[in-house]
Amino acid sequence: MNIQFRENQEAASPLTVKTAIADCDIHPARATRTELYPYLAKRWQHHLEIYGVHAYQGMMEGPPYPKAQPNASRRDAYPPEGGPQGSSLAFMQKQLLDPNNVQLGVLNPLNTGQGIRNHELSAALCSAINDWQIDKWTSKDKRLKASIVVGNEDGLSAAAEIRERAGDKNFVQVLLLSRNVEPLGQRRYWPIYQAAEEAGLPVGVHAFGFGGNPITPSGWPSYYIEEMVGHSQCQQSALASLVLEGVFERFPKLKMVMIEAGFGWAPSLAWRLDKAWQRLRSEVPHVKRPPSEYIREQVWWTTQPMEDPERREDLFDVIKWIGWDRLLFATDYPHWDYDEPSRVLPAGVSEANREAFYLGNAKKLYGIN
Amino acid sequence: MASLIAGGIDCDVHPAVPHLTSLLPYLNDYWRDQVTTRGMVDLVSQSYPKSSPITARPDWRPESGKPGESLEAMQRHVLDPFQLKHAICNPLYGVQMVFSEDMQAAFCRALNDWLVKEWLDRDSRLRGSIVIPTQSVEKAVAEIEHCAPDRRFVQVLMLVMGDTPLGKRALWPIYEAAERLDLPIGIHAGSAYHNPPTAVGWGSYHIEDYVGQAQAFQAQLTSLIVEGVFAKYPRLKMVMLESGVSWIAPYLWRLHKFWRGVRMETPWVDRAPLELVRSNIRFSLQPFDAPPEPETLIRLFEHMQSDELVLFSTDYPHWQFDDQDALPEGLSPDLVRKIMIDNPYATYPRLT
Repeated sequence: MNIQFRENQEAASPLTVKTAIADCDIHPARATRTELYPYLAKRWQHHLEIYGVHAYQGMMEGPPYPKAQPNASRRDAYPPEGGPQGSSLAFMQKQLLDPNNVQLGVLNPLNTGQGIRNHELSAALCSAINDWQIDKWTSKDKRLKASIVVGNEDGLSAAAEIRERAGDKNFVQVLLLSRNVEPLGQRRYWPIYQAAEEAGLPVGVHAFGFGGNPITPSGWPSYYIEEMVGHSQCQQSALASLVLEGVFERFPKLKMVMIEAGFGWAPSLAWRLDKAWQRLRSEVPHVKRPPSEYIREQVWWTTQPMEDPERREDLFDVIKWIGWDRLLFATDYPHWDYDEPSRVLPAGVSEANREAFYLGNAKKLYGIN
Repeated sequence: MASLIAGGIDCDVHPAVPHLTSLLPYLNDYWRDQVTTRGMVDLVSQSYPKSSPITARPDWRPESGKPGESLEAMQRHVLDPFQLKHAICNPLYGVQMVFSEDMQAAFCRALNDWLVKEWLDRDSRLRGSIVIPTQSVEKAVAEIEHCAPDRRFVQVLMLVMGDTPLGKRALWPIYEAAERLDLPIGIHAGSAYHNPPTAVGWGSYHIEDYVGQAQAFQAQLTSLIVEGVFAKYPRLKMVMLESGVSWIAPYLWRLHKFWRGVRMETPWVDRAPLELVRSNIRFSLQPFDAPPEPETLIRLFEHMQSDELVLFSTDYPHWQFDDQDALPEGLSPDLVRKIMIDNPYATYPRLT
C-alpha cells in the first residue's frame, strides 16, 4: 500500500528509482519445511516432527488470525522455481533488490524460534536461523545483512547467542518481536539489551509475536484487521515499558528500532509519557529525564506501513516532530502491504531529508559504509 | 490559556463513593448481609490509587476522605468557578472488578441509586451516567432500563478495559438499548483488570497503566468500528472519556489504510472509519496530552479535520491542569464555544 499524493506523482518516480536505497525490513522465507534441519541437532529434528513448536498460542500450523493473502505476501512474489514468497534469493534480487537499487537490505526472519514455550528449542531454532541467514542470503549477496534472532523469553541464552555473533559483519542488529510474555522493559529481557549494547548492535523490535497475553487489554479481538491495526498499540505499550523500566537510562548506548508498527503515534506517545511523568515521576525515580528525550535519542522507526492521511502535509508534521534523522525506509517485501519506494515520498522533500530517509539514516545506524 | 465561557457542559467529573458501606442503604438484605458478614473491603481500583498525584489535584484534595466525595467541594472547585450549566457524573467506583455477575449487578444498581440520591437530587446542574454490570449483558440492559426513565441519566458508562473487546456482538443488546433510549455510551479510562492492562502483559507501574489507557482506547475504537456497531446502530454515539486526544488522527490514518487494504474481511463496514468517527465518536478534552505550544495544538486540531470531535471536561478531581486552565492555549473562541457548548449538546440528546 502506498500513500497517494494528489500532485507530482510522475515527477517523483524517476527521481527516486535512480537513488540508492536501504530496505530495512525484508522477510526471507524457507523454501521447504525442513530447510533448517541441516542446522539443527537430530534431537530437535525429531522433536519438531513429533511435537511441533508448542507456541504461546493454539494453532499447530499458521497464525491464529488468518492473513488476507497466502503467507501475508504478494501474489506476484512466488518464485518461478517454486516455494513460498521470499524464499528465493535469485527472485528477490530480480523483483526487489536490483530494480529498486537496494544498497542495504536488512533481513528480519519471522516464524523462527521466537514465541515458543520450550525455551531450549527456541534457542536451537534461533541459532539455526542465524546460520541459515548467512549460508542462504548474506554470504551470497553482499547487499543483504542479517538480524540476530534470539530466544526472546530466556534472556541469558539470548545474550549468549548475541555474544557468539558479535563482530560478525553478516549481522547488523538483534531482532525481537513486540509481543512477548511480559512487556519488553522487564528485567528478564535486560541481558539481551546488555549484550546488544556491548556488541554495538541496535535492537530491532518487529511487530508481531505471541506471549500468551490477549492482544488487546480488553481481550482477544475477532479480526485480522484488528491484529494489524493493533500492532501499533502493542508497540506503544512495549516502548512505554522500555522507557518506564529505565532500559534507556541503564543502557545509554543502546539503540532500538521500531519495525513495521507505524510511526505516526510516536509524538503522541512521547507527549503522553512526558505529561504523566511530570505527575508520577516519584514512582519511577530511575527515569531521570523526560521520556521524550530517551525516545528522541535512542529510538529509530522503519517507515512501512506508512500512515496514510488524506493530506500529505499532516504526515510531514509528524515526521518533523519525530525527526527526519530517525526514519528508516522499508518495503516489508514480500508482504502484501509492501510500500513501493518510488511512491512514498512526493517531490518537494529536500534532497538532504530524502537521502536520509531512503539511505543515510540506515547506513549510519547500522554502520555500513 | 483560552478563555472559558459560561454555560458550558463538563462531560467528565467523578463523584467518589466514600466507602463500600456507603452503598449499604442501597443494597437489599441479601447483599447487605454478604458485604458485612464476609467482611468485604472498599472497592478501589488500581487505575486510580487514592493518593496518586493523578487522582486528585493538590488543591482539590481533601484533608480526609476520598477526592471527589463531597458535593460541596465539587461545587466550590468546578461547578461554580467554571460557571457550568451541567456536569456529567461518571462514578469510577470499582464495581466492574468483581467477578460474580450477580454481585456486580447488585453493586451497579446500588451505585446508580446512590448517585441519584446523594448527587443528582442535591444539585440540579448534575447529570449522571448509568454504570452497568457488563459481565452479564442481560443484567446490563435491565440496569439501563431501570435507570433510563430518570432523564437526568444522560449516558451509559463502560470501562475501556473489560472482559472482551467492546465491539463483540454479545454486547450489542446494550447498544440497542442505549440507542433506543437516547443514551450515548461513555467509555472511560480504567480497567476491570480481568485482562492484563496492556496487550503485551502486566507492566510494573501505575504510570504504565495510566499511559496505556490511550492504547486501550485505540484497540476499542478498532473493535467497535470493524465489528459493525455503527452500521447496526447508526444513531448511537460513543464518547471516549479521559482518553487523550493527540493520538486520534495518526491512529485513524492507520486504521483507514488497513480498512482499505482488507475491507473484504468486514464487508458490513460500509462507511470509511474516518467518517464513522466524525459522525459517531466523541472525545473528552482532558487529559489534553499535547505539548503546550499553540502551533502544535493548532496542527493537531487541523489533523482531526473536524471541530466537532472534542467535548469539554475538567476530569475533576483528577490532576490534569492547574488553576482554571482547562482549555489549552491556542483554541479560537469559535472552537471554545463548540467544545464547551455546541458539541456536548449535539452529543447528549437528554441535555436539552
